Amino acid sequence: MLNFLNTIINGISLGSIYAIIALGYTMVYGIAKMLNFAHGDVIMVGGYLVYTGMISWGFNPLLAILFACIGCTMLGILTERVAYKPLRGASSNLAVLITAIGVSYFLQNISLLIFTANPKSFTSVITWEGISLADGQLKIQGITIVTIVAGIVVLLALQLFIKRTKAGQAMLAVSEDKGAATLMGIDVNKTISLTFAIGSGLAAIAGALLCSAYPVLTPYTGAMPGIKAFVAAVLGGIGSIPGAMLGGLLLGVAETLSKRYISTQLADAIVFAILIVMLLVRPAGLLGKKLQEKV
Amino acid sequence: MKLRKQTKKEFITYAIVLLFYAVVMILDVTGNLKSHTKGLLVPVCYYATAAVSLNLVVGILGDLSLGHAGFMCVGAFSSSLFSVVFKESAMPVGLRFLIALIIGTAVAALFGFLIGIPVLRLNGDYLAIVTLAFGEIIKNILAAIYLGYDEAGVHLSLKSFTLQGEGKMLINGAMGIQGVPTDSNFTVATLILILTLVVVQHIVDSRTGRAIMSIRDNRIAAESIGINVTKYKMLAFTVSAAIAGTVGVLFSHNTSTLTAASNYFGYNVSIMILVYVVLGGIGSIRGSVIAAALLYALPEMLRGLGNLSNYRMLIYSVILIAVMLWNWAPAARTWREKVFAGKGGKADAAS
Amino acid sequence: MQLLEVKDLSISFGGLRAVDNLNLTVEKGELYGLIGPNGAGKTTVFNLLTGVYKPTEGSINLNGVNITGHRTAQINRDGIARTFQNIRLFKDLSVKDNVKLGLHQHYRYSTLTGILRLPKYFKVEKEMDERAMELLKVFDLDGEAETLSSNLPYGKQRKLEIARALATDPVLLLLDEPAAGMNPNETQELMDTIRFVRDKFDMTILLIEHDMKLVGGICEELTVLNFGQVLRQGPTKEVLNDPEVIKAYIGE
Repeated sequence: MLNFLNTIINGISLGSIYAIIALGYTMVYGIAKMLNFAHGDVIMVGGYLVYTGMISWGFNPLLAILFACIGCTMLGILTERVAYKPLRGASSNLAVLITAIGVSYFLQNISLLIFTANPKSFTSVITWEGISLADGQLKIQGITIVTIVAGIVVLLALQLFIKRTKAGQAMLAVSEDKGAATLMGIDVNKTISLTFAIGSGLAAIAGALLCSAYPVLTPYTGAMPGIKAFVAAVLGGIGSIPGAMLGGLLLGVAETLSKRYISTQLADAIVFAILIVMLLVRPAGLLGKKLQEKV
Repeated sequence: MKLRKQTKKEFITYAIVLLFYAVVMILDVTGNLKSHTKGLLVPVCYYATAAVSLNLVVGILGDLSLGHAGFMCVGAFSSSLFSVVFKESAMPVGLRFLIALIIGTAVAALFGFLIGIPVLRLNGDYLAIVTLAFGEIIKNILAAIYLGYDEAGVHLSLKSFTLQGEGKMLINGAMGIQGVPTDSNFTVATLILILTLVVVQHIVDSRTGRAIMSIRDNRIAAESIGINVTKYKMLAFTVSAAIAGTVGVLFSHNTSTLTAASNYFGYNVSIMILVYVVLGGIGSIRGSVIAAALLYALPEMLRGLGNLSNYRMLIYSVILIAVMLWNWAPAARTWREKVFAGKGGKADAAS
Repeated sequence: MQLLEVKDLSISFGGLRAVDNLNLTVEKGELYGLIGPNGAGKTTVFNLLTGVYKPTEGSINLNGVNITGHRTAQINRDGIARTFQNIRLFKDLSVKDNVKLGLHQHYRYSTLTGILRLPKYFKVEKEMDERAMELLKVFDLDGEAETLSSNLPYGKQRKLEIARALATDPVLLLLDEPAAGMNPNETQELMDTIRFVRDKFDMTILLIEHDMKLVGGICEELTVLNFGQVLRQGPTKEVLNDPEVIKAYIGE
């Protein structure tokens, strides 16, 4: 029983990381209507920035994370400007997806040149040991608790931002109808840039948490979690912020349970199978809205 | 008889491949081929084949599939299983390899068909991510299963087991299949490439190909003129998967150990093949062949020149982004139309 | 003889009745107009007739056969072809290939025949080429047969869409705002083309249009839609002089 509980807690922790990444995906998808395949690699860049800040420059963890957030935000805005914005209005919807794959490749390979393929062993940004319950039988690590708390804080902050601020309302409007938003005087380009900025900033936080929980950092670290976070976003209903959170948590728990009770090697296969079943049964996701193509 | 423009184009593609084959053969006979270069010949052919088959889905049908490596994996494992079992039999090598090719192709086609049923209902990004998911599932399952036979019969398990008495381990989990006969060679691989080119180019330049391209250009209009969209999507997807299966057979019978590792069958391999397709020109069959051959072989040939191979993927990614922007950005298109006004207005959709 | 008979046709999108209880009868050989202000549900009617949407209630009969609920591709084979308000050509294919796709259902050979380049492939392709060129000639597009369809000027793209629809050999042709974006000269030419198509192909035509000159000039019968409901139905002259119709158009 304690074992099971422990697995669930670990699952929620992993799920919180997925959720934070998925929030970035879902916002970008909701607003720019594109699958930013390179989002996962921004996490990796975030990881390296935190690493560089802490190890090479001796920043304290919080400063290092802030540094990574700023770096990733700039990276997000830059890639959107250079690679995605020119393709807005392109006649093929494959174009921007393939370009995003190109950006993903670019980020991986430039990191490979700068940081080499040798894995960096990441020092956790959290030094707190954590708590132990039930006479030490149930140990919850500090990073686990911090990750879960971070997930909740990010979700609440985003919800508040979207509901309460002008920029947030503009985002909502753009995601509903770009044309109408323009007519209402909303600067669509600026809004999309802001979305990329927020998504990428979140990716940096996710990177720090991911690398603290699984302390091996390579140029490919972000790719798989990135794809799984997209799965989480789809699971929850793409474009829906609570959906991304829910999808992330479910996916994290499903993955840790599979690893613990079925097979480590098949855990990824199970995660992907969940995606496929979901898309067949309820393509709009758990909390998503159904869209109809205009003729 | 005057050759049609399309037919002429097809012939030029075959000629390029045959010329390449002839040059390599002459170099080989005259002893001018290093063994390292020789090792690249079969992969060059099968990656070119893979690119052509992926182009059928990406360029002609207009759907982005990221599961191509999964179908290669299916073809590789099914055919290798057969070859390993019949390795010691009296069957002639040529016949055994022919059957292996047929098995790998057919099993991959079956998988393509079955996976196509749910996948092709989706569009765009969802289709991309679900094909990626299927590819990863296939790879992960094949990396996790143990298959062997002994005196007690055939065993299939997700856990390692020991054989009782006389028997043989066929698939050994992550260790894969050992002792696959190395039946692939450059001539067979070239033949397969040419056969693939014939099949794909003939499909493109036919009633079937037009229907497939009409779905790419405008699905709703295609339906409105009575085109059975599901049928043609399935057809393109299944044929593409089948050829990927053939590629898997060539791949697995080129090295003696076959494992379902990520660097052979992961989604990154699908993406690498996609890079060949995009850089060769989406929809251009000949472009796929040339891009795959060049992009695969060049860095390998230049390996001696320092750490160029470290830069190659970086350079590819930059070119990829640049090519996409150049070809698809509305601003670039308008600019080109202005500059090249009047030129290149003729239909040139599939070469 | 009644060719198209629509009974009590309705569709709701989340509580909004976009089309409400539409009854419509089109006689064979008729040129019928469907008009109404923006958002009246005209294109929705076309989408219902061609199976893009499934009606919530009601039935559609073509030539006495109930085709309600058929899928889009099937409805084309049943005999309805259409054009689109925002032109939908196969933009990366040639003008001729666009028309050959219209011929797809009537000139057949298998995929394998195509791959193996059997004699039937050459024979059928030749027949298709000839038929496609005939149709293109009718629309004065034969000189541009090998041009990429997206490179055609706007007016010719509209014509090509009609040619492609006719290639499917329909009994009923639906034209969705054929004159949209045309200047008066082009509109005049289009009116001649539509009349010509009706006479030459013995076609029944149902069209949506905003250009009152075109509607008044060629349509014999009209239905006016307003907020998804029929406002007025009858011979063109009567309908266009109806005060309520005038009010719906000019009033607000």
